[in-house]
Amino acid sequence: MSHLPLTKTLPALTLAFGLMASASAAAELVVGMQQEPTSLDPTADATASIDSMMTQNVFESLTTVAENGEVQPNLATSWEVSEDGLTYTFHLAEGVTFHDGSVLDAEDVIFSFDRAMAEESVNPSKDIFEPIESVKAVDPQTVEITLSGKDAFFLFNMGQGDSAIVASESADTNNANPIGSGPFKFDSWTRGDRLTLVKNPDHRDAAEVALDKVVFRFISDPAAATAAMMAEELDAFPGFPAPELLPQFEADPRFRVNVGSTEGEVILAMNNAKPPFDNVEVRRAVATAIDRDEIIEGAMYGQAVPIGSFYPPHGTAYVDLTEAYPHDSEKAKTMFEEAGVAGETMTLRVPPFPYATRSAEIIQNQLSEAGIDAKVENVEWGFWIDEVYKKKNYDMTIIAHTSPNDMGNFARGPDYFYGYDNAEMTALWEQITTEVDPAKRDELLKQGQQMLSDQSVHAFLFQLPLLGVFREGVEGYWSSSPVLYMPLKGVSVAN
Amino acid sequence: MAYFLFRRTLGFVLTLLAVSVVVFAVMNVLPGDPALTILGMDASDDALAALREQLGLNAPLVTRYFSWVWNALQGDFGLSHSFRVPVSELIAERLPMTISLAVAGMLVTLVLALSLGITAAAQHRRAGDWGVMFLSQLGIAVPAFWLSILLVMLFAVKLRWLPPGGFAGWSDPVAAIRSLILPTVALALVQSAVLARVTRSSALEVMRQDFVRTARASGLSQRRVLWRHVLPNALVPIVTIVGMQFAALVTGTIVIENVFYLPGLGRLIFQSIANRDLPTVQALVMLFAAIVVTANFVVDLLYVVIDPRLKART
Repeated sequence: MSHLPLTKTLPALTLAFGLMASASAAAELVVGMQQEPTSLDPTADATASIDSMMTQNVFESLTTVAENGEVQPNLATSWEVSEDGLTYTFHLAEGVTFHDGSVLDAEDVIFSFDRAMAEESVNPSKDIFEPIESVKAVDPQTVEITLSGKDAFFLFNMGQGDSAIVASESADTNNANPIGSGPFKFDSWTRGDRLTLVKNPDHRDAAEVALDKVVFRFISDPAAATAAMMAEELDAFPGFPAPELLPQFEADPRFRVNVGSTEGEVILAMNNAKPPFDNVEVRRAVATAIDRDEIIEGAMYGQAVPIGSFYPPHGTAYVDLTEAYPHDSEKAKTMFEEAGVAGETMTLRVPPFPYATRSAEIIQNQLSEAGIDAKVENVEWGFWIDEVYKKKNYDMTIIAHTSPNDMGNFARGPDYFYGYDNAEMTALWEQITTEVDPAKRDELLKQGQQMLSDQSVHAFLFQLPLLGVFREGVEGYWSSSPVLYMPLKGVSVAN
Repeated sequence: MAYFLFRRTLGFVLTLLAVSVVVFAVMNVLPGDPALTILGMDASDDALAALREQLGLNAPLVTRYFSWVWNALQGDFGLSHSFRVPVSELIAERLPMTISLAVAGMLVTLVLALSLGITAAAQHRRAGDWGVMFLSQLGIAVPAFWLSILLVMLFAVKLRWLPPGGFAGWSDPVAAIRSLILPTVALALVQSAVLARVTRSSALEVMRQDFVRTARASGLSQRRVLWRHVLPNALVPIVTIVGMQFAALVTGTIVIENVFYLPGLGRLIFQSIANRDLPTVQALVMLFAAIVVTANFVVDLLYVVIDPRLKART
């Protein structure tokens, strides 16, 4: 019987060795990214991939936003709001250091806000700081921010990459050598190829961070992205560029496919300032002419949720208005005839994103069934943002608005590229931004959706999906994203 | 010869100057605003104005051009608008990748094209000739990006012999060579198709000449006749095409670098044009122009080496 203990200890030993081996093998995650940034500073460049790699991973803000859209503590562990709703007192976490070892305290918060609000500031979302009247240090761990008026989105906005807390010593070089306070430290960047982050062992939540190293690889071509996943060069592609290529991953047991939602409303924008789209009947006719199901099937291979107004379907205030103008080519044709625009030629200028170019072809076809000859012009992004967006030189275009809480676009007046000017909407938006009671705010947001749908400001198409492909064993990625960033703190990988 | 060199150098300088004016003008006529591209759709007007000031976009066009020329003459190509680092640094990072790929592509092209072309000529109107002609027709017809995807599917996804893309630099030479194999083959197969045809027809022409018959009659082996007598005399048109192809190869890397996600100059210029990053585009186009002009110059020099009779004419 003497051999029995041996057989019992053997599995235990193997298990122990196995555990030791997995503990010593660094947990490394290789992530594919389609868009390559030219800078790494989210406070000076709007490129979406900067946020998805750096925000709340390398850089932290006072607050953060959870997957369900809820604002949560971050650098500020707690806060109080004064009775008039104008003064916010933030209590900073103790013992926080930047990755270069310097201490993060109230002075850094003041510096970051001053920098973002300064006249020479190039912050891509400078508007979110506009309500701030003053930023004061009560003591090294306490910051008091006073607003000039109530701002319902203030705490949410304080959790974005635009409001990251940076140090005065490193702020100017964050574009190439980012120094933040987050759970991951910047390690290296081979421009055009890869960017590497490593775990920050000094972070206050270091115990919850499973990954030791994260490598982002930049692969813009969808076929190349597919090949890299298939060859297991990558562990995850959280923003996969091609919906048509997803079925082959779904069929492969090595991978898991996730279809979630983003804050991106895809719209067929019409230039409301210019005939014929200054006529609400023409805009309604366009909305009647389009068939969302066909667009989603053709352009997104079925992977998107239709929208009837300008608000994400996963939001708490969502109203389904997709049936406001049911698809009816014949009726649309009559409507165009009555408005006197039947047989007219209109241009549809589209930016170079697959969701836009593919939707354009289908919409062109649907408009022609309603007697309208739409000419599709594919333009590149630099052209689009200058000619269409800035100079408003367009009839129709297709674009996704990816920022959260962006119904305010419709309150930007006639200078915004929509050419939409409605005092009622501007007043409503003013009410929405100052209403701090979530239930009342949701009611106002519902009114807003209804108003935009009634006036058929644009043809609202679908919510841009978040398509992700993950190797089996990669866990903890957000399945939907209420913000532009993707926290790696909760992500783990089994080897 | 001195006059020849002087004329060439002057031509070189004038070409680059002309290129710089054209790039500057085109980039400014092209709709697009670097500040808007960087700050995006939510940017406020004063943030855009502040960034334009920082990037020096408010100075008049002509002033900007001349200050660029003045700095460039001193070797300073300015700061990239979008990367905010010196353009020379960006180029230095990526040059080794693109040069490695272009040189490897050229070498493989030469070896493949010359041996296939000479074999085809030797086998004129027989199986070998038909085979080479068929393959080269295929090579001309197949687009490089499609061939690249097929190569990746077979060797990276199915067989797992080679990586599907990426290049981590020469610090690990084995990994670097492995990463370069598929892109080099994709680049070379298409390029050598054209060159093999030129080699074949040029060799056939030489083979009809008397001195080849004499060489054969004197009992030299077929191999020796082909490689020692036919090929050197067939080189002039081949070298002309090689010179043109080297230029095409450098620009052809743009496509290849995208498909194999290689961090080279091709991807950099692609990205810089999209971002309206004038200093980077300007420097890169000048660099590509310099490479093309230099390649032509080398071809001209090679003519004299290959065919000493031409020396009298220069």
